[in-house]
Amino acid sequence: MVFNLLLYISLAIFTFGLIYKISTWFSRSIGISSKEIPTSQRVSAAVKGIASVIFSAKIVTLIKVFFLDVLLQHRIIKEDFLRWLMHMLIYSGFMLLLLMHALDEIVTAKLFSEYYSTINPYFFLRDLFGLMVIVGVGIAIYRRFILKVPRLRTNAMDHYAIIILAVILVSGVVLEGAKITSYSEYQGMVEDYADLEEESEIEALESYWVQNLDVVSPNVKGPFDEEVLEMGQDLHDASCVDCHSPNQWAFNGYMAAKILKPISLALDGVGGSTILYYLHFLACFIGLAYLPFSKMFHIFSTPVSLLANAIMDKETSDPANIATRQVMELDACMHCGTCSLRCSAAAAFDALGNEYILPAEKMTFLKTLASGKALSQKQLQAIQEGVYLCTNCDRCTVVCPAGINLRDLWFNVREGLVQRGIPEPLVLSPFSFYRGLNRENISTEDYAGPLADANRAVAGKFEQVMDQSTPISFKGREIVELNQLPSAGTFSYCFGCQTCTTVCPVVNEYENPLETLGLLPHQIMNCLGLGLVEMASGPKMLWDCVTCYQCQEHCPQTVQVTDLLFLLKNLAVKNAEKIADQLSVDTEDV
Amino acid sequence: MMKFALFLGCNIPARVEQYDTSARAVLKQVGVQLVDIREFNCCGYPMRNADQKAFLISSAVNLGLAEKENLDIIVLCKCCFGSLKEAEHILKEEGELQEEVNRLLAQRGLKYTGKTQIKHFLSVLYHDVGLDTLKSNISRQYKDCKIAPHYGCHALRPSKITRFDDPVAPTIFDKLVEVTGAKSVDWTRKLECCGAPVLGVNDDLSMNLTRKKLEDAKKVSADYLCSACPYCHLQFDVVQKMIISQNGNDPLASVLYPQLLGLSMGLDEKILGIHMNQLNISNLSSFLESGEENAE
Repeated sequence: MVFNLLLYISLAIFTFGLIYKISTWFSRSIGISSKEIPTSQRVSAAVKGIASVIFSAKIVTLIKVFFLDVLLQHRIIKEDFLRWLMHMLIYSGFMLLLLMHALDEIVTAKLFSEYYSTINPYFFLRDLFGLMVIVGVGIAIYRRFILKVPRLRTNAMDHYAIIILAVILVSGVVLEGAKITSYSEYQGMVEDYADLEEESEIEALESYWVQNLDVVSPNVKGPFDEEVLEMGQDLHDASCVDCHSPNQWAFNGYMAAKILKPISLALDGVGGSTILYYLHFLACFIGLAYLPFSKMFHIFSTPVSLLANAIMDKETSDPANIATRQVMELDACMHCGTCSLRCSAAAAFDALGNEYILPAEKMTFLKTLASGKALSQKQLQAIQEGVYLCTNCDRCTVVCPAGINLRDLWFNVREGLVQRGIPEPLVLSPFSFYRGLNRENISTEDYAGPLADANRAVAGKFEQVMDQSTPISFKGREIVELNQLPSAGTFSYCFGCQTCTTVCPVVNEYENPLETLGLLPHQIMNCLGLGLVEMASGPKMLWDCVTCYQCQEHCPQTVQVTDLLFLLKNLAVKNAEKIADQLSVDTEDV
Repeated sequence: MMKFALFLGCNIPARVEQYDTSARAVLKQVGVQLVDIREFNCCGYPMRNADQKAFLISSAVNLGLAEKENLDIIVLCKCCFGSLKEAEHILKEEGELQEEVNRLLAQRGLKYTGKTQIKHFLSVLYHDVGLDTLKSNISRQYKDCKIAPHYGCHALRPSKITRFDDPVAPTIFDKLVEVTGAKSVDWTRKLECCGAPVLGVNDDLSMNLTRKKLEDAKKVSADYLCSACPYCHLQFDVVQKMIISQNGNDPLASVLYPQLLGLSMGLDEKILGIHMNQLNISNLSSFLESGEENAE
């Protein structure tokens, strides 16, 4: 009764969760791609898309991907054998347990008329499948907590997944062990299957089971007489052996039974088997009900991602379907960290400490972003820096075991973020090269906005300090950052010959360079000589510098002009960040 | 046998795959063995604007990885080359920043003592392989083909650090072009920036620099530009295509050096990725003399 009630409740939650999660694929948006596409259009585009694929040659690709990538997980074995082994053990072991053991009445009993959970091969197989999952979970724990795979970070979702699996499996094994040793279980079986009347027969069979099948009895205790055991064996052969294989075959439970033996009577006295049984199925039901909201949802979403990405591309697919796919992909990510491990830009994390530089962590954050939760300015800045600090090398997309098209997702999310109006200094770096190559995919206005925001932010107080009606304030000679590199201090050799400015291709590009660039290279060097660091770190010249090193190469005084411009840019970025931090603190105070 | 760790960087695998395949084919032909180190990461170039430490650690990881394998590095991208050389230069000094980088390297089980040499693809061909070996591998020479070589800033300068060639009057690239029989034309903006570093930052500036270079090369009636850097290549190829769509000018297509060399070595056009450039360079092979050994 309770069992059925809980089963139906958890099934209902599971079903509702599944429907809800899938509906979010169509209702939520991420980045700029889904800005103007209503849910209804996305649903109909998906239906059309699926129908057109089923009745086309693409179905062959789908079938191939289903076997290779979904069932055999070819993309994982390519990356890491141990991980593949772990995943295969958990996934195949659990699936088989689900079908043969959990759904035995619906599946196994229908397929095999002689099915009985306590006879071989089922008795053995259940424990074998269980062992597979246990070993798999063991490998998962080993990888995350002992081997410490580089850049594999463990969050609450990962803990939950490991814990729920472990509880289901351990409770199952202990339950089996408890049942093996349990006297009341034994009595129940005797009542059901053995027709014993005489006192001596009862004692004989019980003795036999205590001796050979690990039951702990309050009545009899070894050593037993040979005769009693022989009689017990006869009775066992007549009534039991057809439905109960030797316990050794259920090796997990058998081992648990050996351990539980000393406390078996006490355990049985408090209904240990029943408690464990409740624990076991409660864990299963919680796992089932919470599945759509947990990492385990990837059982559904990851195959969908693998299949969708095998047949979709940016050029030919309906933009509405791409928008839907990108939201779905957030659910397909199981936070395995492969992308972070292979990320070309991830070393910057060591220097900057922003974990959103790591792609797997970006994905975790994007789930929050897509769910529409309010985010602080600080969080947005961090994720924006993380998403922008990407060299667009495509490695993450190539290796993702879920087949997620991270390249397009990053592009889309990046645009969505920088267009919010929070200045991102990295927009003024070669990280923007890819954005420049793709400018045709962004409207002119949206393209220019983030650049203007960033330019304004890195300029700092340039206009104020350049204001000629106020006296120049000499300060900031002791800038730590300027003393850390070989180029530090070389500006003091400058004798003002202006060669740097003369050879600069950027200066030559403009009719009135001073107006456009704020300060020219030689003027920046002069500023540094005078200690006017704030002034030197503000002009647009810094960000228009093409870093061609003509100035540095031609300087007769070996001033390392280009390298100094780099350092000034670093300084301007730090200042812009400081000002932004100050601003976000102020707004939070309000 | 010469053996190098191949440093591809980020652009090539994602956007200029033909540079990868053509360079590999050419190097194989002349007996240079390449080792791929999968853990290589970004050279740090795009991080220099924002944070020196991020640039330096990113660059140093690669140097440490190559040193662990006891290999010198061959670099295809000139911006990667310049960054790695810059990092090598900075790490020679002692200071807090260097200590911090060494500490971070040690965390990854790496160290960099300066043993690994960093060489650009063109330098390897010129200095290590040598023009004679190249010549002996060339089956068909170009005839009446005018090539405008683009040297690329980050290999040439700062010359004290990159030590690639004479920064004012370089010759390596010209000689490498001429070994194929093509004529290396002199053009005034040969040593100037291609515009790529500010693409996405200031597109007008970026495209103007590109446009002026193209006009200049057209003035000396070059048939093709030639580069050996993915950034420069994308600028002359993809960005030029964008410029043409705006102003309708005739294209002056750019070939990657290993494509130019590979064709004259008789290597497969498919492997050289001749059709993977955005602007059509398929006419390049029509400049080849009908060779005696493999007359067609």
